[in-house]
Order: sequence, then structure tokens, then C-alpha cells
Amino acid sequence: MQNRIAEKFRELAEKGESALICYVVAGYPDTGTSKQVINALVNGGADIIEVGIPFSDPIADGPTIQAASNAALRKGMTPEKALHLVSNVRKQHPSLPLFAMTYSNILVRAGIEKFMSESKQSGLDGFILPDMPIEEADIYSLTASKLDLATVFLVSPNTPEARLRKIVASTTGFIYVVSVYGITGARNSFQKYTLDTIRAVKQVSGAKVPVAVGFGISTPAHVKSIIAAGAEAVIIGSAVINKMSDESGKKMLEDLRNFARSMKKACKNE
Amino acid sequence: MLGSYPIDGKFGKYGGKYIPETLAPAIEELESAYEKYKNDPDFQNELSYYLTEYAGRPTPLYFAKNLTRHLGGAKIYLKREDLLHGGAHKINNTLGQALLAKKMGKKRIIAETGAGQHGVGTAIACAVLGLSAEIFMGAKDFERQKLNVFRMELLGARVYPVKSGSKTLKDAINEAIRDWIANVKTTYYLIGSAVGPHPYPMMVRDFQSVIGREIKQQIWEIEGTMPNALVACVGGGSNAIGSFYTFLDNKDVVLYGVEAGGKGINSGKHSASLAAGSEGILHGMFTCILQDECGQVVETHSISAGLDYPGVGPEHAMLKELKRARYAASTDQEAIEGFLALSRFEGIIPALEPSHAISYAMKLAEEMKKDDIIVVTLSGRGDKDVEIVQDYLNKNNTKKKTKNAK
Ligand SMILES: Cc1ncc(COP(=O)(O)O)c(C=O)c1O
Repeated sequence: MQNRIAEKFRELAEKGESALICYVVAGYPDTGTSKQVINALVNGGADIIEVGIPFSDPIADGPTIQAASNAALRKGMTPEKALHLVSNVRKQHPSLPLFAMTYSNILVRAGIEKFMSESKQSGLDGFILPDMPIEEADIYSLTASKLDLATVFLVSPNTPEARLRKIVASTTGFIYVVSVYGITGARNSFQKYTLDTIRAVKQVSGAKVPVAVGFGISTPAHVKSIIAAGAEAVIIGSAVINKMSDESGKKMLEDLRNFARSMKKACKNE
Repeated sequence: MLGSYPIDGKFGKYGGKYIPETLAPAIEELESAYEKYKNDPDFQNELSYYLTEYAGRPTPLYFAKNLTRHLGGAKIYLKREDLLHGGAHKINNTLGQALLAKKMGKKRIIAETGAGQHGVGTAIACAVLGLSAEIFMGAKDFERQKLNVFRMELLGARVYPVKSGSKTLKDAINEAIRDWIANVKTTYYLIGSAVGPHPYPMMVRDFQSVIGREIKQQIWEIEGTMPNALVACVGGGSNAIGSFYTFLDNKDVVLYGVEAGGKGINSGKHSASLAAGSEGILHGMFTCILQDECGQVVETHSISAGLDYPGVGPEHAMLKELKRARYAASTDQEAIEGFLALSRFEGIIPALEPSHAISYAMKLAEEMKKDDIIVVTLSGRGDKDVEIVQDYLNKNNTKKKTKNAK
């Protein structure tokens, strides 16, 4: 439901906060723990969750997410099981905006309409497809609008303004600004062009859709500089997964909650 | 007109550009540069110079009279792409794209390679045109093909083993795409077959279609007629579409693409994306791919590294759907038989990839009339494969011996 997304951004705007969006790979470290991971992140302050449905050939992802996706696939994660996870999370968190992040082939293989309508039934609010540019998105966008699912398109630092305008017009969820030239993966610092990109996108998107920034964000300092440039949300992916790689069980969940808390504090500019 | 595809980047419903947003401006830049240079006489003259003086075009169209006599059926002609510099058709494409990259002002070239054929072809083109080449190669292939790695290094290229996914060709392509995203301003991605996002399938086809144009002219000069059939092997599909393209609107010429049947289609161990695949998106294109019921791309098998790819160029997917071309598969065993036959009857050791086409053409010839004409594209020479064939024969002889001992 797009309402959950709009409602969340409205609520945060009133409080003067930015949104913390956390990405998890369904089935990593294993199917059972995925839900606890999401709970820990939400308890720590995550406002929106992206559930990654693993794909064998993730061309927009760096080593961290590649490895997590592969591990999940080896343990038997499937798109169907990922939607099952979504419906479990939905039961526990009725108003939490939930997105699926995956690659176009997962939808195409099942049938775009079939998969999107099953996603809707499982309680999903929208999709992020990093290999679905606006030129190829007719059926996807039409189906999303029929089912009241949100679409998230990506924008890159090299996106020309005319194209940016088209992307903003096609987007119903939020604009996903890719912070750097590159793939996903935690980074140590950002350059000026990242902040310039955010400002340029915000100029065009205005009040139509919120702007979220992702790829490489891993510290509260990153979050603060990105929000200062005008972003309404930050997306944390690889940095979340890095917190999971060498810890397990209770300690890992505690670490995740603390990590989300520290990032959320930065979203409140504390 | 079948020759007028792609239309808006699509071959019917196939093709397109399913790419991350960062690549969208780069693809646009490539499209307009290609449009400009495609019709630029200076560019075409320069390419033609390199193809002739450096690579060895035109290649002969050779009548395989011993093989023809042995089979007692249709006349078999061989389009000798194996005689090109580098030993395969790959150089038609690498010279074309490297020259385009140079015109575009891109000095850093990246490419993927499976066993090393396209990597070597890229390294050759970059060496002669003064460009820097960096090659991504699956870590498994890197280990298996040490000599080709050294060959690329001799030619001045850097080779990176790719440790992600299944550590083979498809992962090398993934990694090349990732590198391109990170270095999009300075880098040209030189893809090795008629695959990937638009405009690559069209561009690679155009650069390879010199094969078919020469066939048409040569067969006319020799036989005074059109061939009845063309046969070419299909990995990503570049030598096949390069052979077919000029003949697409000559409906009397039957086109056969031969994929790798591996250990048999029913074994699941093959690379026959058209014969046994389903529609999906891989490496930026909508085409036929080998995938499981969830949409995960599966591992493939073929005795020939060059055919071992889980996808196929979108134009072939369209030609199959329109029934303009027919697609078959030869198994590892059949390819070996084709390899042996051509070596013995004609004194030509073919690469294992076109050995699949030869094997299929041999069967076809037996069913056709004596004055029918088949042209087989001999896409590469077999020096690279002699060790693999030796191993295969040793293993099979051992099996036979143990059977006999019982
Ligand atoms: C000699 C030869 N033939 C054929 C192929 C298959 O490629 P394509 O289907 O693009 O012609 C290769 C690939 O490496 C090759 O080396």
C-alpha cells in the first residue's frame, strides 16, 4: 500500500526526522534468522525495510551483497519463501513500509503480474529493481499502479537532467539516488559530487516524491552529510550485512539493533 | 524485412536494455557514436584496412571435397574464419569495437572472456590500436586456461580472475559490467558476442556480418547460385548471426544454428539456451536463458568453452520464434566426431565450437541431394583444443577397454 509509505514520510517530516531504510537479504544468514534481523533493525529505529530477494547474477551489487545472496541461495531461499517472510513481517508490523529489492528476471520468470499480485497479497508495499530502467518499465509500472504498489527508480550521479525529470515522473515510491559511480558496498568517504547530485535531484523531485540515498553509506557521519544535502532518507545495505558476517545469535541481533540506533540518531541529527 | 531489426532496440520482443541507471548515459553515448561511425567512410576504410592487411580478410570459402565424397550427399563448403589472425572470427568484432572505442576517446578497454578466445582477440586489437586492455575471466577458467592467460599478458593485457558466483564466463560478464559502472566515464566495455544490452547485439552482428557477405559473393562466383543451407555454431551467437544476417531475406536459404548439447539435453548438462531454455533477462537483455523455475541462472556444460554460456543473442531468439532459423544441438561426443572427421578428411583441425556445426552439417549432407550446397562457418582453429580432445579420447578409450575386458 502506497499509503504506508506516504504516511511514514509525513510522520517523519512532522518530527523533523529523516527516514532510515535498512536492506536485508531474505534467507541470510538463514531463513529463520531473517525475521529476527528485521525485528532487531526495526527495534533499533529502522523506518522502512527493503527485503532483498536473492538473484544468481546481481550486476549492481558488490562483494558483500553478492556473498550474502549466494549464501541465501545455497540454503534454499526462493522468491516464494521471501514473500512468505514478508507476510510474516507484515503480521507483526502492520504499518511498516516494506519493499522488495530484486532483479527483473525474478519477476519476469514468474510472470510480472502474477508475481506482483502475490507480492501485494503478502503485504509488500513496493519494488526496487536496479536493472529496470524507465525505458523497459511499461508493463511493470502499469501493473504496479493497478495493484497500488510503489515503484522506485534509481538515479545516478551521471543522469542528465532531462532523463532525471522522466524518472521522477515515473516514480511513485521514492527516488533512489545512487551515491557513487559504482556498485553496492560500504565505503569510507563520499566526494563532493555525491552531495551535488542529491541537491540536483531534490531540485527536480520537489514535493512529488521523497529522495533516498544509498550505496556505500556506513557511518553516522555519512548519514549526517547526506541529510544536510537535502535527502529525506538514507539506505543502508552492505553495512548492515557486514555487522552480521562474523557474529551469530543474540550478540549479532544486539549489534544490529545498536547499529540501527546509531544510524537513526544521525537521521534525527542528534 | 527481417534485416531491419532491431527496431527501438528490440528484436521483436527480445533484446532491450535492462541495465543499471549509471550505464544509461554510457549506452546512449555508445549508440550515438555507433550511429555516427557506422556510416562514416573514414571509419569504414580504416576498419577495412585492418581487417584486410592485419587480420587476413577475405577468408577463403573452401570446398571440402574429401568430406563431401565420404558422406556422399550435399556439397559441403567451409567458410575459413579459422585462418584469421588470432585463429577465430572473434577479431572481426574486437577490431571493430576497439576502433570505435578509440574514436570515442576511450583509452581503457575492458572485456570478459571464457576460455580466453575473446580475451586474446581483445588483447590483440588493443595492442595494435594502442589501447589498454583489462580482461575479466572466471577464476575457474583462469586456472584451467593458464596458457591463454599468459598469451593475453604477452599481448599487454591485464587479466583478473573473477571469484564470484560460479566463477565462469557469466560471472566474468557480471564483473565486467560492475567495473564499467564504476569507471563509466573512461572505460569502453568490449563485449565478445552478439549479447548484452542494446546496441551491443546489433553492433556485434554488424561487425561479424562480413562473414555472410563474403559467403554470398564467393558462393556466387564458385557455384553461380545461393547455398541451400548455412550451418554455424551458437554460443552467444556472433559467428552464426554474422553468417546469417545477409541471408535473412533470402528465404530459400535454410539457416541452422547449432548449440552445445553437452552430455545430452535430457542430462541437464548442456548449454542449449534456445533448444532447452526459457525466456528471461540476463546481462541486460531479454532472451532465452537457462534458468530454474525461480529465475536463477543455472550452471551450464559443454566440452567447448566458447559455447558454454547460459544465454544467447536476442536476434536468435527472434529468428527461432519466427521460424526463420532452425536451432539444433550437437553433443560433446558428436562434436568430437566432427573434429576428428575434419582433421582426417581435410587436414583441418577445427576448434571444438564449430565442430558442433560440422557434426550437424555432416548429418544434414547425408539427407540432402548431391547438388545441394551447405556452407559451414568454421569459426576457429583447433590448436587450443587438442589437449581437451586428447583427454576426452583417452577417457573414452579407457572405458571401451574396461568394457572389452569384461
Ligand atoms: C572459435 C569459436 N567459435 C564460436 C564461439 C562462440 O561464440 P559465438 O556464438 O558468439 O560465435 C567461440 C567463442 O569463444 C569461439 O572461440
